[in-house]
Amino acid sequence: MEKTLYTLIVHSENIAGLLNQITAVFTRRQINIESLNVSASSIPGVHKYTITAWTDSETIEKVVKQIERKIDVLQAHYFTDDEIYQHEIALYKLSTPEFQSEPMASKTVRRHSARIVEVNPTFCIVEKNGMSEEITALYEELRTYNCVLQFVRSGRVAITTSCFERVNEYLDMRAEKYRRQKEEGHE
Amino acid sequence: MSKERITGAEAMMRSLEHQGVKTLFGYPGGSIMPTFDALYGHRDRLNHILVRHEQGAAHAAQGFARVSGEVGVCLVTSGPGATNTITGVADAMIDSTPIVVIAGQTPVSMLGTDAFQEVDLVGITQPITKWSYQIRRAEDVAWAVARAFYIAKSGRPGPVVLDFTKNAQTEMVDFEPMTLDFIRSYDPDPTIDEEKVKEAAELIDKAERPFVLVGQGVELGNAQEELRTFLEKADIPCGCTLLGLSAIPTAHPLNKGMLGMHGNLAPNVKTNECDVLIAVGMRFDDRVTGNLATYAKQAKIIHLDIDPSEFNKNVKVDIPVLGDCKKTLTKLIGSIKDNKHTEWIDSFAEHAQTEYARVIEKEVYPKEGPLNMGEVVRAVSEASNNEAILVTDVGQNQMMSARYFKYSKNRSIVTSGGLGTMGFGVPAAIGATFGRPDRTVCVFMGDGGLQMNLQELGTIMEQKAPVKMILMNNNYLGNVRQWQAMFFGRRYSFTPMLNPDYMKIAEAYEIPSRRVMKREELQDAIQEMLTTDGPFLLEACVIEEGNVMPMTPPGGTVNEMLLEC
Ligand SMILES: Cc1ncc(C[n+]2csc(CCOP(=O)(O)OP(=O)(O)O)c2C)c(N)n1
Ligand SMILES: [Mg+2]
Repeated sequence: MEKTLYTLIVHSENIAGLLNQITAVFTRRQINIESLNVSASSIPGVHKYTITAWTDSETIEKVVKQIERKIDVLQAHYFTDDEIYQHEIALYKLSTPEFQSEPMASKTVRRHSARIVEVNPTFCIVEKNGMSEEITALYEELRTYNCVLQFVRSGRVAITTSCFERVNEYLDMRAEKYRRQKEEGHE
Repeated sequence: MSKERITGAEAMMRSLEHQGVKTLFGYPGGSIMPTFDALYGHRDRLNHILVRHEQGAAHAAQGFARVSGEVGVCLVTSGPGATNTITGVADAMIDSTPIVVIAGQTPVSMLGTDAFQEVDLVGITQPITKWSYQIRRAEDVAWAVARAFYIAKSGRPGPVVLDFTKNAQTEMVDFEPMTLDFIRSYDPDPTIDEEKVKEAAELIDKAERPFVLVGQGVELGNAQEELRTFLEKADIPCGCTLLGLSAIPTAHPLNKGMLGMHGNLAPNVKTNECDVLIAVGMRFDDRVTGNLATYAKQAKIIHLDIDPSEFNKNVKVDIPVLGDCKKTLTKLIGSIKDNKHTEWIDSFAEHAQTEYARVIEKEVYPKEGPLNMGEVVRAVSEASNNEAILVTDVGQNQMMSARYFKYSKNRSIVTSGGLGTMGFGVPAAIGATFGRPDRTVCVFMGDGGLQMNLQELGTIMEQKAPVKMILMNNNYLGNVRQWQAMFFGRRYSFTPMLNPDYMKIAEAYEIPSRRVMKREELQDAIQEMLTTDGPFLLEACVIEEGNVMPMTPPGGTVNEMLLEC
């Protein structure tokens, strides 16, 4: 089946060991995680995982359901690139002498809308935000100037383009359901 | 309620009592000693069964849980004590059995230092538990126990591990018991989608050849009555999975037998002829489906399950109906029409007759030759009025006992389905006698399996647990030998086995016993077993190279079962 790059957004309680449980779902199905980003979400006590992986639509659905099944996972959803706004950040450490001896280099940096954030006699640091391909493109170009000393990129961060924060809705729904259950129980 | 200042270990005992626990299975050791010390003071309220190996504790807890519907509890020490329970935990996970394993652990100050008997239990058990948690402070005991029991028994049940650090056992806490019935990230009773129920009802009403697959979910959800009403109202025949066998009596006219690799012919064949397949609380295991590419392709599939991750996992579902099957079945009963499918139901008979003529008659009513397993099983079942609880080990003995035992009451089969754990039988049967002391418990096993947890005969001796053990001795690891005969050119690689004298073993454990070689002695020996108070070991020396038939070879198609080999 055809493979697509999916982005999973998972919200969970902030509990040690959960990352392990989530990645284990991928391992069991022998799916490589392309990138993984974990951080606090906008809701206190709730963590957000942004995971990308190449797989097919059937498998990703099963993976998401198995992640959602973990007791402390609030919600898991998967998206294709057209359903999200996503970015990565990359840092490029360049040799200052090499960089300066190549007249095109600083133009390249500007053309890619990257910024030079640090310069000293030995090295300079370039920072770029953007889509994966843009980050790769800048890297490829800088490499032709033989000036790259180090290169690092973050995992993808993403937000959905729909206007709801689904986790908030989910939490409200859970609280409401519990309240109703209690009421019915007392009748 | 006012709080009392007690140790974490004492808090554990009170929390267990607060959960209604009366029985637990365990084995002491260094890092759980404070808790065993607290247990000493609770001996009159908490009946602790000392097993002979922690694997036995886990399987006993499973057996207890499966027959009683309550949570089975184990109490073991850290390190090897904890790892010895792992097989039982994995077994409980795959068979959705509610157990709570409480294991000692190194004090928090020593965690991560490779301290004596330290093992990363939470790390090891995360993939094979519904929840596993390390209790690091005495004040977390009440909460962790409340959460453990809630998770273990709610929704789709499963095992929970509590890793109880030694300092949390000895430190003091202002204790107040806790009850927990809400976890915001976990919804064990999903809201039923009325639309799906309606769609399912419409499809069922229109169906000409509907067929129901009954899984353990029906028993776990206590929906046996609802299932029966549903089947009768819509007049739909059913087949049962191994774990679902006692959800509807064997004798019910709509029950067409067991599904799966060694199941009955009719329900397997008809799976590939029905037009609507309604799966209730089952998970389309590969031992049930055979080759997925040829499984029920002609049918529309309705799947009732409480676990959404089961939908479309193995088989593409047309109408998933999420929810507790007691509720979804009730709603379906209200939405479907009364119906009749006489011709369709009658069409099962032909296959049942074929199976009887070519397999069952020879197996159960042989005229000569050595004893058969099926014959022994059927004789025990009938001698106990088909009312006993069947516990099995794994292998040919398991398939034969599942096939030829008859079920008339709910929660009457305890067997290791998903994991296929040899050695499960004896300890699970011990647990079952504590879970349902009012019922007869018969465990069937092979010579291989009995020896995998033979030490639990010591537990039986000490507890006088009334386990009726039927050893079907074929001097082979029979199940593997059968596959070698069928698929590996009869190369019997390490399946013949030299056996000890089981009568002497029984004698050493002071368990009354009898060996049967001849057909004429069988009935008498079974009577002796059933009328003897307490445990009994009946060794039936059965045909050495017997085969379990019919069979869908692995990866084969369900309607192409082999009847002989
Ligand atoms: C713990 C474990 N080890 C190995 C197996 C593989 N296995 C399945 S059935 C079987 C043979 C069982 O022999 P026995 O207990 O004598 O039962 P029989 O099939 O002869 O009735 C074996 C080795 C297993 N299921 N479980
Ligand atoms: Mg054997």
